[in-house]
Amino acid sequence: MSYVELKDIRVSYDNKANILKDLNLSIEKGELVSLLGPSGCGKTTTLRVIAGLIEPNDGEFLVDTQNLTKVPVHKREFGMVFQSYALFPHLTIKENVAFGLKLRKEKKNSIEKKVKDILAITGLEELGDRYPKQLSGGQRQRVALARALVIEPKLLLLDEPLSNLDAKLRLAMRIEIKRIQRQLGITSVFVTHDQEECFSISDRVAVMNKGVIEQFDTPEEIYNNPKTEFVARFIGFENFFELTPTEEWNYKAIDGTVFHSTRDWEPGKHTGTIRPDDIEITRNSKQTENNMVSGIIKVRTFLGKSYQYEVETPIGKLLANKTDDVVYQVGDEVTLSMPSHKLIIV
Amino acid sequence: MRKNIGLKIFAGLVFAFLLVPLFIIIVTSFGTNSTIQFPIKGFTLDWYSKVFDNEAFMDSFFLSLQVAFFATLLALIIGVPAAYSLARHKVFGRNWIKSFFLSPTIVPGLVVGYAMYQFIVIKFQFPIIQGLFLGHFLICLPYVIRVVGSTIEQLDFSIEEVSWTLGCTKLQAFIKVVLPNITSGIFASFMLAFINSFNNIPVSQFLSGPGVTMLPTSLMNYIEYNYDPSVSALSVILMLGTIVLMYVIEKTLGLASIS
Repeated sequence: MSYVELKDIRVSYDNKANILKDLNLSIEKGELVSLLGPSGCGKTTTLRVIAGLIEPNDGEFLVDTQNLTKVPVHKREFGMVFQSYALFPHLTIKENVAFGLKLRKEKKNSIEKKVKDILAITGLEELGDRYPKQLSGGQRQRVALARALVIEPKLLLLDEPLSNLDAKLRLAMRIEIKRIQRQLGITSVFVTHDQEECFSISDRVAVMNKGVIEQFDTPEEIYNNPKTEFVARFIGFENFFELTPTEEWNYKAIDGTVFHSTRDWEPGKHTGTIRPDDIEITRNSKQTENNMVSGIIKVRTFLGKSYQYEVETPIGKLLANKTDDVVYQVGDEVTLSMPSHKLIIV
Repeated sequence: MRKNIGLKIFAGLVFAFLLVPLFIIIVTSFGTNSTIQFPIKGFTLDWYSKVFDNEAFMDSFFLSLQVAFFATLLALIIGVPAAYSLARHKVFGRNWIKSFFLSPTIVPGLVVGYAMYQFIVIKFQFPIIQGLFLGHFLICLPYVIRVVGSTIEQLDFSIEEVSWTLGCTKLQAFIKVVLPNITSGIFASFMLAFINSFNNIPVSQFLSGPGVTMLPTSLMNYIEYNYDPSVSALSVILMLGTIVLMYVIEKTLGLASIS
């Protein structure tokens, strides 16, 4: 059994619509798992169920084989970092960090030592006597992290902790969070809607949609091998077209073109998908080969290092990116070829 | 720039309109005339000593002070938790309850006073002092619930949630996290409620009885038969008291928001 287990969790506020339905998730000790998805997918609800801020209607929640489903939030001993940081405005940084330790009635010098150590780890030694409003966003973020970590929680929960920071700081902070998480070896759950942030920080990612986990895998696996159309769309596969399976690994498109994919074959799946970057675009060769389709360029968009072409083809509109060594014009006839190892069927 | 000057003159006129009567009262309180007249003929402090010698004034002043203080205190004890539940929990008919608590500030004071008279004095026959205390508590409560309620609504709810995750029970979170962050609202509502209770005439008038007079009533009774500057002197003392109170609270509030 894994360190953290969510079993058949169902959450509904009005007993009609389910926010989460039959959600199952297993997290290993020391792992950093992200919950990724668009707003309203249930990722924050899942985190709040773990924290104990929401009681699930059905299901069980276990940590280290202990059933915590009915244990109230203040007895769970989890550290949580909120999107708004939620620092106590009336307390200094030291007092903020010591808050949880004082509630545990620890000895004064033990508290002092622990606070000093965690402030050193989070790079806040100099700021202990300031008040939250005297700190910058990134500093507040680190205080929130220090406050959650100092109680030596069984689990660290992070609810979109980076979304209030500017782009540069976000990048630095996510490396920082990863470093501290590794250093302390603390099992963590990280909620985010930012794909890049999520991939860079996580050991495993659960992509969520409408209260269901669509795929739970390593970032590489999700990036390269999405299992469902939703996951594919969410991580940047922009081309989708209908296929009819003919035999294993072979498919026929609506115009009769034969497509071949060397990726995992599963019966019943019939939508071809590929990233715009993975389509090769050439001048119309008039020849009909497998995995090739011809069409006319309708729109050209400049993306910086490349151009994106929207091409009208018999199997639908397709997007393809190409670097600027060859530039096509709107109205040009081109051939798009999809390498069989890049074409994924979902 | 020109527009600005016009605005300044207008603002100056408004201030003059508000402050000149007060200024006249201050001046007349030092006059040697035997009735309130402006300008004054000579300078004296006699009217002030007359105020302190007047037993009716002194008794009613301390009574008003006591009633206002304890009524406001009780209103805080009951109103703060009530405001918290209204702000944080899905109370049935929350907006109705909130509007209801605004009503005593909209309904004419005379009507409120009469309604209280009907219930507190005639129906339940409360002793006079307790009746006055109850009536003033009811005047104070809406101010506490409204002002403290809006302060709580502005407070980030996640600071309470985070304190739970750190090991606080809900009661501990309220005491350690909510209360220290709503002190400004509590002070403000205390001031508002206290001043309103202290100045209230209709409720005091209806609920007081033989031998028990609140300060505004006592002042009005006095003016009916005497028109001497001791009324001005008393007014100046009250103004001074309010100013000192405001200053102290401003100071403590200022300190509270820094620390």
